[in-house]
Amino acid sequence: MTLEAFFFYAFTTLALGGATLAITRRSAVHAAISLMVSLLGVAGLYLLLNAEFLFVSQIILYIGGILLLFLFVIMLVNLDAGRGLRQFHQRWPLGAAVTAIAGVAFAILWSRAKLPPSQTMPDVGNVELVADTLLQDYLVPFEVVSLLLLVAVVGSVLLARKRA
Amino acid sequence: MNPAAFYPTATDYLRFLPELILTIGGVLLLVLEALTGDNKDKSSLGYLAIAVVLGAMFAVPVALANPGTSFNGMIVSDGFAAFFRMVTLLVGLFTLLCSTSYLSREKANTGEFYLLVLFSLAGQGIMAASNELIMVFLGLEIASISSYVLAGFLRDDKRGSEAALKYFLLGSFATAFLLYGISWIYGVTGATNLVAIRESLAAGTSGNSMAVAAAALMLIGLAFKVSAAPFQAWAPDVYQGAPAPVSGFLSAGPKAAAFAIFLRIFQTSFESFSSRYEPVLWILALATMLVGNFSALWQSNVKRMLAYSSIAHAGYVLVAVTTNSNVGTAAAMFYLAAYALMNFGAFAAVTHLAGRGESHVTIDDLKGLASKQPVVAGLLTVCLLSLTGVPLTAGFFGKFYIFKAAIDNHLYWLSALGLLNSAIAAYYYLRILAAMYMHEPKTTDHPEPVPGGIQLTMWFSAAGILTLGVFPGLVLDYANRFATFVK
Repeated sequence: MTLEAFFFYAFTTLALGGATLAITRRSAVHAAISLMVSLLGVAGLYLLLNAEFLFVSQIILYIGGILLLFLFVIMLVNLDAGRGLRQFHQRWPLGAAVTAIAGVAFAILWSRAKLPPSQTMPDVGNVELVADTLLQDYLVPFEVVSLLLLVAVVGSVLLARKRA
Repeated sequence: MNPAAFYPTATDYLRFLPELILTIGGVLLLVLEALTGDNKDKSSLGYLAIAVVLGAMFAVPVALANPGTSFNGMIVSDGFAAFFRMVTLLVGLFTLLCSTSYLSREKANTGEFYLLVLFSLAGQGIMAASNELIMVFLGLEIASISSYVLAGFLRDDKRGSEAALKYFLLGSFATAFLLYGISWIYGVTGATNLVAIRESLAAGTSGNSMAVAAAALMLIGLAFKVSAAPFQAWAPDVYQGAPAPVSGFLSAGPKAAAFAIFLRIFQTSFESFSSRYEPVLWILALATMLVGNFSALWQSNVKRMLAYSSIAHAGYVLVAVTTNSNVGTAAAMFYLAAYALMNFGAFAAVTHLAGRGESHVTIDDLKGLASKQPVVAGLLTVCLLSLTGVPLTAGFFGKFYIFKAAIDNHLYWLSALGLLNSAIAAYYYLRILAAMYMHEPKTTDHPEPVPGGIQLTMWFSAAGILTLGVFPGLVLDYANRFATFVK
């Protein structure tokens, strides 16, 4: 096993294991921390793909920003009320069956698919490439995202503010 | 890098002008809303929003006069885009006209309502004109998020909040499907531009099962947005719970825009496997018509009935989409324009008749309307007859062209079953007509006067329905000319 393969499997285990724990842990804080492990694994995969920019932004934005916000919100709400709750629906056999079917379908698709050859990242700095793409080819989507965020902010404030 | 490629040209902006005007107008309203006092009457902001929509409507021909792609192929300005921009803007105009009086009646007249309508329209315009899956996603999300908030705008209304939450959860779920499909397509073809995807799929990998699966995921996401069965469950609850003008808006505007990207994506990018998705669309169209029409039969709430009827009408449009031909696309375009007129006309009448707190929305409440308010009853009758598909109305020609396109493309069974469906649909529309004309009024209290904006909307839609019912060529010729896509 090459070193790269070893790291690939290590990061994949982190990503999948963390994701599984995130949805099975009953305590919300544990779930959030498991999610962090999962995101770290994904960040590692980005690094293996030579996508340094994605690696850094994954750590800074997801782990440093979004997850911290998650933890703040979890700490602010009353956790004990949620801990006593039992899951009241009994649909998990159905969910497991659907997941299994989807998994098999995906495996069949994967084996039959003709994928384009994988590309290696050019040696030019990854950050420069991202900047060129984002601010030239995709300038308009980049700007339109700000409209999307504005709508989301206005909407959430409108729905959440105190009644007059 | 060549700096000349960096700066968009003036033509680029002209092709994007309607959305630019809507966005700037929306931001302006946001500032003005904060500057005007809390206890002031905000109707003037509504009039300003109407002016912005009218400005955007004038910008649509300007964009059409400069055909082509702009901003590196992100946006395409063609006749198809102009058509759907116009339809969604018209629906937006109707919404604004009906809401000023509605919001004053419900004591919720704030500027945010108007700016959310403008932002939603900008999102729908981006959808109609996008030539790139990333723009499709952004336009769809802008339009959807504004719609979620509009559905729950009356926060003290429990049904409205429930509608907003359901709409939000199911809508996000649908977007996730679409986004998953987009990422697969990017993985398979390495492109998000619709034309580039088409070329990549045509260049040999067209039998690629992963691309077909990606198309299926995107189909699910879009089917949610156009409320096609079996993904229609959200529509009745949302249209019933949302404020009446918003229900009219949701059932006509975002749906037309969703059909626009549906047609554009499947006929531009995925045309090479049209034979594979045709049977799926066939079943989807039939199921949507059946579910919509049969569920509408039992409804006593007019808003809920119109919601099921809007599902059934999405089924008719899907018949046109199934034909996968230019004639079918033109028929779908004509139908969506006609549907916007007749459905919004009906919702405008409901907006007025529902009364404060929307307490009068059952068919029983419409009893004897013809003797109490003959004009409203007459205009509502025009809309309902058109929804039924009676000759001399736009709805008749809409159905006629759709089934003609289906027969031309040898979809005989689907056409026959579709025609049977429209016969079933006649029953529930006639039930309302019977209640209005053949029953005595329940109460004798004096009816409230119809607010000017609602009157204007109803007259305009009735006039449009009758004009298109006599001269369908006015819209159909245009649709036929522009039913082809840039490939």
